[in-house]
Amino acid sequence: MDKTVNQKAWFLVLPVFLVVAFSAVLPLMTVVNYSMQDTFGNNQFFWNGVGWFKELLDPSTDLGGRFLASLGRNLFFSLVILAIEVPLGIVVALSMPRQGWTVAACLVILALPLLIPWNVVGTIWQIFGRPDIGLLGYVLNHIGIDYNYVSNEIDAWVTVIVMDVWHWTSLVALLCYAGLKSIPEAYYQAAQIDGASRWAVFKAIQLPKMNRVLLIAVLLRFMDSFMIYTEPFVVTGGGPGNSTTFVSIELVKIALGQFDLGKAAALSLVYNLIILIVCWIFYTVMTNASAERKPQEGAA
Amino acid sequence: MARIDLVDLAHSYGGNDAPQDSFALKPVTMTWRQGGAYALLGPSGCGKTTLLNVISGIITPSRGKILFDGEDITPLSTQKRNIAQVFQFPVIYDTMTVGQNLAFPLKNRGVPKAEIDKRVAEIGRLLDLEPYLNRKATRLTADAKQKISLGRGLVRSDVAAVLFDEPLTVIDPELKWQLRSKLKALHRELDLTMIYVTHDQTEALTFADTVVVMHDGRVVQSGTPAELFDKPAHTFVGYFIGSPGMNIIPAEVRGREAKVGDHVIALNRSYDKLPDGAKIEIGVRPEFVEVVAPAPGLLSAKIERVDDLGRIRFARARLGDAKLAARAPAGFTSPDGTAGLKFDPSHVHVYADSLLVEGAA
Repeated sequence: MDKTVNQKAWFLVLPVFLVVAFSAVLPLMTVVNYSMQDTFGNNQFFWNGVGWFKELLDPSTDLGGRFLASLGRNLFFSLVILAIEVPLGIVVALSMPRQGWTVAACLVILALPLLIPWNVVGTIWQIFGRPDIGLLGYVLNHIGIDYNYVSNEIDAWVTVIVMDVWHWTSLVALLCYAGLKSIPEAYYQAAQIDGASRWAVFKAIQLPKMNRVLLIAVLLRFMDSFMIYTEPFVVTGGGPGNSTTFVSIELVKIALGQFDLGKAAALSLVYNLIILIVCWIFYTVMTNASAERKPQEGAA
Repeated sequence: MARIDLVDLAHSYGGNDAPQDSFALKPVTMTWRQGGAYALLGPSGCGKTTLLNVISGIITPSRGKILFDGEDITPLSTQKRNIAQVFQFPVIYDTMTVGQNLAFPLKNRGVPKAEIDKRVAEIGRLLDLEPYLNRKATRLTADAKQKISLGRGLVRSDVAAVLFDEPLTVIDPELKWQLRSKLKALHRELDLTMIYVTHDQTEALTFADTVVVMHDGRVVQSGTPAELFDKPAHTFVGYFIGSPGMNIIPAEVRGREAKVGDHVIALNRSYDKLPDGAKIEIGVRPEFVEVVAPAPGLLSAKIERVDDLGRIRFARARLGDAKLAARAPAGFTSPDGTAGLKFDPSHVHVYADSLLVEGAA
């Protein structure tokens, strides 16, 4: 087939091309460019090749040590909050009412933490946990528990985790609730007739019907917690010491604190790559799961 | 295995104190014979699903009792009643294989594993599910899934009755016949009481030996398909069953005569004691009215159209304000649009306030 050759068509693509170039390609390339160089300020750059990347993966160097340690802390943090938020979210969703005005009330209460800006969440917990004026810190210390998130590493971790659970369990609960609501009443009636116990109903009906929303919940919570910055930065600033310094906090320290643009660029590229890979894994698992379901939906 | 008795059973979603007119299920007393195949027939919203759910225990009735073999089981939960129920849409436990699905009710009741395996194999064979026992149930077609739902009821050896709530809604028409004959065969083989809810008269009449017709929360008639056809106890049964339904014509009835307008139709029986002030109607199925050429002495009607159903033709006629259908014999034409109506007196019934009146011989 002969196509009309009309070079003017390029002009139509141009705006998109420019927008994408300025919003994504150029900044990314700048980062790639920085990651290959070293700078001592004054806009003086020196070629460093893949040097920063080698250092990143080598724990014996300063950069590698800091990166790998913060990465480890970050993964541990994500695992802990997932292990708490997912089961807790399911329990909350299961115990929510199914009808009546209480449904709306529960939904509003659950949605509240999700609507608070992140640095405000950080500030709330920063003050809430202070031993001198914070309700939580004061009460804990008053009843004899020595709690101080500024000086004690474990206290700092507990505070950051509890804050994240407080902030985000609602999301998991709301997703699960939506999944539960989509189960037809007949399933529960059939289970009743089949003599299923509460636990059997959960295992045979509710959990399988929720698994898709749960996968989305795990993906969202993993990505968010892996990229967490604002709340721990506001509460602990990454301390005491480096105990709550997550990858993003480390990145900001290197980029803006030390102005090591080369190291920071290399780190952010690797950081980005990890997130992309995890996303891809989740996406593959999710599409496989829905492909498995297709024939059933077609038949029913 | 049990006889089921309903004693003055009624249910209102608005509670027992709601006015009786609003009851979804108005007081009913009836007996379901052990081993009977029943159909519960009625239009949407007539209370048939409510009645079914009351029997299975999903709904606790506002008043009245349910007896299984004379024993009052009204307060028992669904789990404790020996009832199997198949729902409108197939209910399948997604993560389990077909075999595990069938075993589920037994496992929940703590039946020993050897016994479970035996029963599952047996029911699998009975329902032709044997080749699929180890396959994931989600991948099967809708009719296989409905069979699994049914199988989950049948595996329990103690099951008293199997209830079906419009189970063929999602099945392809061609497979409907197969599945329905399967149900009939199972019924013969297992000697189970089966109650089948449907709004489709063909389904009801082909499945059941006793059809229970419900209307507006009330059981209006229960009988064999032939009884429902020949002697509808309520005008609703008359026009709900049969296609086209029964002609219901307002009339004045005195003795052995019914007067429609100025015309007199002879009746086979004598009706002397009709309730005062009641709305009197006569009902006659289209099969027993014939349109013929107009002649003196015949009730004359306007022909609106003639429907050809292949093996039979029905004329749609107008009689004053009333519409009616009548059999049109082969070769019948009506050049001027009028025709005479010939009634078969032995099939003309008299209704007072919609209820059948038995005449004296």
